[in-house]
Amino acid sequence: MNSAFFLVLRRMRAPIIALIAIYAISVIGLTLVPGVDAEGQPAPPLSFFHAFYFISYTATTIGFGEIPGAFSDAQRMWVTFCIYLTVIGWSYSVVTLIGLLQDKGFQNTLTTGRFARRVLRLKEPFYIVCGAGETGNLICRTFDRTGHAFVVLEKDELRVEELDLLDFKTDIPALAADARLPDNLLLAGLTHPKCRGVLAVTNDEQANLAIAIAVRLLNPKVPVIARVRTDAVAANMASFGTDHVINPFERFAEYLALAVAAPERFRLIELLTSLPETPIPEPHRPPRGQWILCGFGRFGHAVARHLQPTGITLTIIDPSAPDANQAVPGDGTEARTLVAAGIASAAGIIAGTDNDVNNLSIAVTAAELRPDLFVVLRQNHAANSPLFEAYHADFAMVPSQIVAQESIAVLTTPLLAEFLRALRERDESWCLALVERLQGVNGGLTPAVSSLHFTASDAPATHRALLRGTPITLGQLMRDGTDRSQPLAALTLLVERQGRHFVLPDEDFRLDIGDRLLIASGLAARRNLEFTVDNANELDYVLTGRTGSGNWLSQLLAPRRSGRQGAA
Amino acid sequence: MNLEKVIFGFFIVLAATLNFGFFIGDIDRPELHHVYELAAALVVSLIATALKFGDRTQIGAIHLSTSLVADLQLIAAAITWAVAVHVTGEGMTPSVMSSVVSLSGGALFANIVSVIILIIETVMLRR
Repeated sequence: MNSAFFLVLRRMRAPIIALIAIYAISVIGLTLVPGVDAEGQPAPPLSFFHAFYFISYTATTIGFGEIPGAFSDAQRMWVTFCIYLTVIGWSYSVVTLIGLLQDKGFQNTLTTGRFARRVLRLKEPFYIVCGAGETGNLICRTFDRTGHAFVVLEKDELRVEELDLLDFKTDIPALAADARLPDNLLLAGLTHPKCRGVLAVTNDEQANLAIAIAVRLLNPKVPVIARVRTDAVAANMASFGTDHVINPFERFAEYLALAVAAPERFRLIELLTSLPETPIPEPHRPPRGQWILCGFGRFGHAVARHLQPTGITLTIIDPSAPDANQAVPGDGTEARTLVAAGIASAAGIIAGTDNDVNNLSIAVTAAELRPDLFVVLRQNHAANSPLFEAYHADFAMVPSQIVAQESIAVLTTPLLAEFLRALRERDESWCLALVERLQGVNGGLTPAVSSLHFTASDAPATHRALLRGTPITLGQLMRDGTDRSQPLAALTLLVERQGRHFVLPDEDFRLDIGDRLLIASGLAARRNLEFTVDNANELDYVLTGRTGSGNWLSQLLAPRRSGRQGAA
Repeated sequence: MNLEKVIFGFFIVLAATLNFGFFIGDIDRPELHHVYELAAALVVSLIATALKFGDRTQIGAIHLSTSLVADLQLIAAAITWAVAVHVTGEGMTPSVMSSVVSLSGGALFANIVSVIILIIETVMLRR
């Protein structure tokens, strides 16, 4: 604001001086020109006060009817001159001011200043989302739904305007600026004490790299998550300590391989990392055997590398890749090619080119030849979602969704990574049992995974109760705050206590100060629990069933009243 | 030589000299303090203020504030004058005259500070 104000003052310097000079000439002139009285006799000129009064209402074109007295012809001549002079002066000022308001640079100064002030005023922890394309948009919408504050930096002004049109619950600060420039990152609150993380999810890999480096140098404490496409950039990012590098192709290939090797564990991971409160994805059971892979670019290579160890043999179709199976002509969109690739005996097909229409064409052609084929479909653009939903592939790969899911899971719940690590030692039947419990938690929707830390700031009521030595077990706390006879629809996945991990603690687990819980629940149940751990009266009700208002007098009377109830 | 600096210095010094011209003379004698001198001092002071707009340095801020003080005092003097002549009909009695002149004396002080800052700025100049 300050710089905008100074800019206005500097630009308005000339018009203001012109106005002062014009007023001075007009007023002084009017005090020198002799007047005339009612009898037509010469009269002294107007005084300064009257002259200034007259010029004030004339110059502003208010044209007040009242004049101090009838003018002499000499005065009329001078006033005629003054009228034109002052109109020019005011027009000059107004035109300069309008020109300034339309000035692109000035508008930028204004919006940047407003953005910086709003970021400064943020009171709650927030994330910086760099890039509001498909991925960024998905992340923003999820953050908005789960009640996390965030700030958006996007290079394209149109996309920022589109963000304003999305009906977010809160008004989010967004700036059209290049996130590669450290100044813009600082403006977005990189060094703000409440900044909890940076997501570099622009379309430009080099930009993501620049953001990751800037964050690492300017505020090393803040975690940064970056999206990459190529291995070289991923290695570069990892080399200077980017907290989490997401390559959607690589990640999908891993998932696909896991779905083949350990379907139940894959399903569990899918449930835990999916976007909160979305429909539960259908289980994927990719068969082993011979598969056809169409498209052998970066995605195809990643898939091939991960699938081959699981015992799947691949026939690769790609007319342009030199290392593909050149014995098969064409690109898989026509039946001839697919038959030549051995579709009659294949178990599955992966339509993985970088062209959405071709992928759909491959999938439709393949399904006509072999309706029972397992189809994996790669979707490149979110805009084509209706087509892909209509086709209904067995397994769909949407890069923006993979990046959004993973970055949100990693950023908002660091404990989840611990849990997923602990998962590796579990067998399929354990995973299956947990999947069944998780599916019931949120009535047909995916659960939101969140963490809860028993500290004075995050859970004040519980913290105080634990300090007083009140024993609280997990089963006691996880009750519905509106009716404590009902258990809360939430599943505690993990408790972390001083570096030790308790996986799936049971109801009798005694909670302690400083415990960190990883909870899967619906968003409503999450809010319910937050209220319980935050408000002493609510906690009292959930633990004991007392519905006191918690004031000093009722606390004083409480033991007596309960005693009387006991007697009756 | 920088034309902008010439104009800037010219208006600041002129504001101080015109103000001084109005202020000098027995404080309660209307015939020693002409209304045009006050008008000129006020106009030049306003122009000097406008010239100082938009400077973001520390010294620029002090410059602007001294000018604003001078403007305020001169406007108060002009209003006192107009009220005495046109509103109350009291005319320029010695008591009214002395309050007008003492208000302009305050403005003169602010203008002198402004000139001193101008001199300091010039002395500090290394180019």
